[in-house]
Amino acid sequence: MTLVDIRPHLREWAMPHVLCAGCAHGIVGRAFLVAVDRAGIDPDQMVVVAGIGCSSRLVGYLDFCTLHATHGRAPTFATGIKLARPELTVAVFSGDGDGLAIGGNHLIHAARRNIDLTVVLFNNEIYGMTGGQVAPTTQRGAVASTTPRGNTEPAFDSVKLMVGAGASFVARASASEPFTLERIFAEALTHRGFAFVEVLSNCPTYFGRYNRLGDGPEMLVWLTRQDSRVADPLAAKRVVSHLPVPEPPPGLELGILHREERPVFDGRTPG
Amino acid sequence: MTEARLIQGNEACALGAVAAGCRFYAGYPITPSSEIAEYMARHLPTNDGVFVQMEDEISSLGAVIGASFAGVKAMTATSGPGFSLMQEHIGYAVMAEAPCVIVDVMRAGPSTGRPTSPSQGDVMAARWGTHGDHPAIVLTPGSVAEIFELTVRAFNLAEELRMPVIVLYDEVLGHTRETVTLPDQVTTARRPAPTVPPAEFLPKAAGPDGVPPLPAFGDGYRFHVTGLTHDERGFPTDEADEAGKLIRRLHAKVEARRDDIVEVETTACDDAEVVVVAFGIVARAAAEAVAEARARGVRVGLLRPRTIWPFPDREVATITAGASTVLVAEMNLGQVVREVERAVAGSVPVQAILRADGEAIDPETILDALDLQGVSA
Repeated sequence: MTLVDIRPHLREWAMPHVLCAGCAHGIVGRAFLVAVDRAGIDPDQMVVVAGIGCSSRLVGYLDFCTLHATHGRAPTFATGIKLARPELTVAVFSGDGDGLAIGGNHLIHAARRNIDLTVVLFNNEIYGMTGGQVAPTTQRGAVASTTPRGNTEPAFDSVKLMVGAGASFVARASASEPFTLERIFAEALTHRGFAFVEVLSNCPTYFGRYNRLGDGPEMLVWLTRQDSRVADPLAAKRVVSHLPVPEPPPGLELGILHREERPVFDGRTPG
Repeated sequence: MTEARLIQGNEACALGAVAAGCRFYAGYPITPSSEIAEYMARHLPTNDGVFVQMEDEISSLGAVIGASFAGVKAMTATSGPGFSLMQEHIGYAVMAEAPCVIVDVMRAGPSTGRPTSPSQGDVMAARWGTHGDHPAIVLTPGSVAEIFELTVRAFNLAEELRMPVIVLYDEVLGHTRETVTLPDQVTTARRPAPTVPPAEFLPKAAGPDGVPPLPAFGDGYRFHVTGLTHDERGFPTDEADEAGKLIRRLHAKVEARRDDIVEVETTACDDAEVVVVAFGIVARAAAEAVAEARARGVRVGLLRPRTIWPFPDREVATITAGASTVLVAEMNLGQVVREVERAVAGSVPVQAILRADGEAIDPETILDALDLQGVSA
C-alpha cells in the first residue's frame, strides 16, 4: 500500500494546533485522513462535525467542511446535515465526555435511527480541555482532578452501549495501532448506516501525569501493552487488561465487534 | 388568491413555512405546538422535504442548524420547556450565523406550568434566554392569517441576515381556527451566496450590510463553522480586537435593518388620550375594547407590535407622545411594560394590566382599566 500524503487534507494555515505535545489524537486524525483519501471521498463532499473538547478541536485542521458544534450535540448537527444533503459523507469526532456524558442521549438515538454517519469517539479517560476531570470512561480507581483519591464510579463501555442502541457497525481500536485504525476507519466510512469507532487515545498532560503513566511515548507503549495481545484486532473479540488498578478491570474488546445490515433512516421515507 | 378556508393557527404556521421554502423540520412533541410538527410529518417527506422527530429540543435545533448549513431552509417549533432547552443552540445559531426559524407557542410557565393554557411569559426568554451578548429578532403575529405572513417573514429575515428568527405567539392563537385566504405565492429570500471562488473565500468576511455570504456544505467551499469566537476565516481567535469586531458586527447587521425589521400596527392612535400597547392574542381583546371605547366617544388607540424584538421603542415613544396615559396589557407579570417604560422615558405615565394565571385577558378587563384612567368623552 502506498503512503498517503495527508498534507493536502490539512489546513496548515491554521497551525500550530492546540493539542499538547505527546497527545495521540493526532495519530487518530492522521489515520482518519488516510482512510478518507484511500476511500476516494471527494474532499468537497466530506463533512466532519465535532463537539467540544480536545478531540473535537481537531476538525478545525481538516480541510473539509467542518462544523465545531456544541458540547455533546455533534450527532444532532450531523443528523441535520446528512438528512438535508444525503450525498455528503458525514463523520463526527467526539470525546468520551462529549459523546458519553453530555451527549449520550444524542449518540444512542443517532445509533437507533441507523442514520448514515461515522462517529469517532476518542477515549482518553479524562476531560482534557477543562483540566483533567473524571470522565464516564475513567476506570475505577484512576486519579483525576475531581477524583483525587481515585475514581469510585464504574466506567462506561461504549461498545456495549452502541450495540445495544442499534449501531450497525461498532468497532474499538487504539491510537497505538495506526495502520489498524486506518483500516477500521475505511470500513466505517464506507459502511452504510451508523458506524461507531471508539479509539483508545491518551492524555499525558492530565491522565498520564495524575496516574504516573509517563509522557506521550510512554503512554503509547502503555496503550500498546493493552492491545498487544490481540494478534489481529479485526479478527475477533479479545479481552485485554486496562489500567493496573486495585480491582479487576472490566476488560476491553478490540476490533470490529459488530456489523449488520439494516434500514437506514433518511427522513424522506413517508412514515 | 386561493379560496378562503378555515385553518388553525399552528397549521397556518406550517403552511407559511412551506410557502417560504422550508424543507426541513426537526422537532420534539410538546403542547401546544405539536400540530406544526404533525403537519410537517404529513407534508414534507412527500414534497422534497425531511421530517425528523428528535430525542429532545436541544437536538431538534441542532439538526435544524445542521440542515441549514447543508443549504436547506429549516425550522423547529416548541413551547416553554422546550424553548428553555433550545436556548443553547439559539446562541450557537447567532454565533455561527445559521439561518433558521424557531416557533415558540407560549404556554403558562414557569417549568411545566399549564401546558394547555396561554401565556406571554416568554418575551424576555426570547430576547435574553441564551447567554452572552447577542441580537434577537422576534415576531409576534396577532391572528391566524398573520401567523402565516410572519412565519414567511421570519424565514426571509433569517436568510437575509443569517441568524435565528423567533416567531412568538400563544396557545390561544395556535389553536384558534379562523377563515383565511392565503396567497398563492409569497416573496421568498435566500441567504447571500459567495461571489468569489473557494480559494478566495473568507467564510466570515461580511460586506457593508454586515452579513457574510453562506455557501452550502458540499458546494465546493470547504470552510469551518464554530461557536467559538472567530475571525473572518471562521477560525477560533483569542484576539480581543477580533472578538469585539465579531460581536459588534452580529449586532450591527440587525441594527442596520432595524427600521425594516420593526413593525407596529396602530389603530386610532392619532388623537388618543390613552394608547393601549398589546401584542398577540391580547391585542385582539384590546382592539375590541378600543372599538367599544371609541363607540362611547372615548379617545383610545391601540399600538400593536408585530415585532417585539428589536423592541419598537422609537415607535412607542413617537406614537404615545401626545397621549396622557399608556396602558400595557400582557399575559405575564410585566415584561413588555418595562420596555415601554424605557421607551417613553417618563414622558407619559405607563400603567399595566397583567395576568399570569393561564387565562387570556378579555376585552372587558381592558375596558374596565380604561374607565379607571378617568378618560371621558
